[in-house]
Amino acid sequence: MSRGRGRLTTTLASPSLASLKQDLTDPLPDRAAATLGLMPAPSTTPSALPSSSAADAVAKLTAAAAAGGGAETGTEPPAAEADAEAYERTHVHGVYEAIAPHFSATRYKPWPAVASFLHAQPAGGVGFDVGCGNGKYLGVNPGVFMVGSDRSPSLIGLARSRCKQLQGPHGNAAGAGTGGEASGAAVANDVLVADGLSLPFRERAADFAICVAVIHHMSTQARRQDAIRQLLRCVKLGEVGQIGGQVLVYVWALEQGNSRRGWDETGEQDLLVPWVLKSQQKKQKTKKVTQDQGIAGGSAATKSGERPLTPPTEGATPSHTDPVFQRYYHLYRQGELEEDVMAAGGVVVSSGYERDNWWVVAANEPSHHGHQEAEI
Amino acid sequence: MKVLTLNFLTCAVKTCKSSSDSFPLHPKDAELVSDDVELNPQLLVNLLPRIDWKALRTTSTELGFPELPEQPPTAEELEADEKMLKDLHTLLVETQMNEGKLVCGHCGHEYAVREGIANFLLPSHLV
Repeated sequence: MSRGRGRLTTTLASPSLASLKQDLTDPLPDRAAATLGLMPAPSTTPSALPSSSAADAVAKLTAAAAAGGGAETGTEPPAAEADAEAYERTHVHGVYEAIAPHFSATRYKPWPAVASFLHAQPAGGVGFDVGCGNGKYLGVNPGVFMVGSDRSPSLIGLARSRCKQLQGPHGNAAGAGTGGEASGAAVANDVLVADGLSLPFRERAADFAICVAVIHHMSTQARRQDAIRQLLRCVKLGEVGQIGGQVLVYVWALEQGNSRRGWDETGEQDLLVPWVLKSQQKKQKTKKVTQDQGIAGGSAATKSGERPLTPPTEGATPSHTDPVFQRYYHLYRQGELEEDVMAAGGVVVSSGYERDNWWVVAANEPSHHGHQEAEI
Repeated sequence: MKVLTLNFLTCAVKTCKSSSDSFPLHPKDAELVSDDVELNPQLLVNLLPRIDWKALRTTSTELGFPELPEQPPTAEELEADEKMLKDLHTLLVETQMNEGKLVCGHCGHEYAVREGIANFLLPSHLV
């Protein structure tokens, strides 16, 4: 697919409506399938059950990839919430279900800035990792208890195996062998399958939350802001005059001038980024790849399959039989993440840029009288 | 799914969040297994103030464990009481709900737990 770009947000001025329409043709077959048999719109349907719909999406994606491209019909943008959901089902959830083991093999080294955020948490703190993927951040700080959630059952399956390894009688050894993050006591964490927009976490229960390389997969600004709102609800409110529980969010930056991807602030913010799924994945474990890992923006990711428009040449050299999965990304421009935090009712504690990613530490707006009322 | 984790979970349906009936979720047809996890007394003591004790008592009783005292121990009491530490460790950290369902007391929705993993994805009419 040579294009794969188009602006989905409505608040950001963009002249590229034509390319938007082009892009949105991809999910339509799946969207049509999702709405078959359930007229009028929101109701229960087999495809409403996410695991089966993800499997459907995988089947469709694989078929489309094998055919050398997506079937292209229709021109409607995902204006409605249900459409945005269906779009993400195809271009995010379905993709991760399909590439889970391959993806996981390229994601095991904790991103240092995230690790230091985790290490800064109080002993006995409770934290949620929303969109935890294979769970690489669980166990980084053995002094806290973390619950990881992810939309992908396949990734959570991998995360659970990892948790069990870390908490085993030889948890430390296992930790050292698989990533070296855990040292000291055995680690007790847990994982579950959940959608970031419908989290099952008890409100205000967490000391902290992290959400790394997740929110950029949501295809409307309203959904991205809602995701941040849900994260903020998880964490504790501060005592009077104090910042409460903190939420760390990482997203891919539009400004990636120094990366191989070569994106910059003049580019489109909404992209489909290909992932080449190799049937033989042994190459993913070569030393070259392991030396250079990071979160979504790590260059190893590029080596292993992420590169816009041109096929990767290392780690996952595609042949015509390798399926290519198109993942949707919203690339954040400078300042946009902070704007989304404020729109979600949060405050920015700190923020910055690190290796192709924007990050923010957010907290809830300090309450001036709410706590006093509670104390009376 | 650890019993400890259950203490931090509620119904994923937004309209249930404001109802006290949605917490804790109620185990149904629960098949429990026990993991062998090394006791970490300091972590338990540190976690204690974060645990909703009333909800833990409910969960513990529903899973068939002996009734917990009405009030949680203080940090000092817990540190000094090896048996209580071990009991809480067994209940919170080692006990896993391997199969079964978690039911919301407000909307009645049942979340499946399979192979130790709870699935909170909602059918579209509940989102």
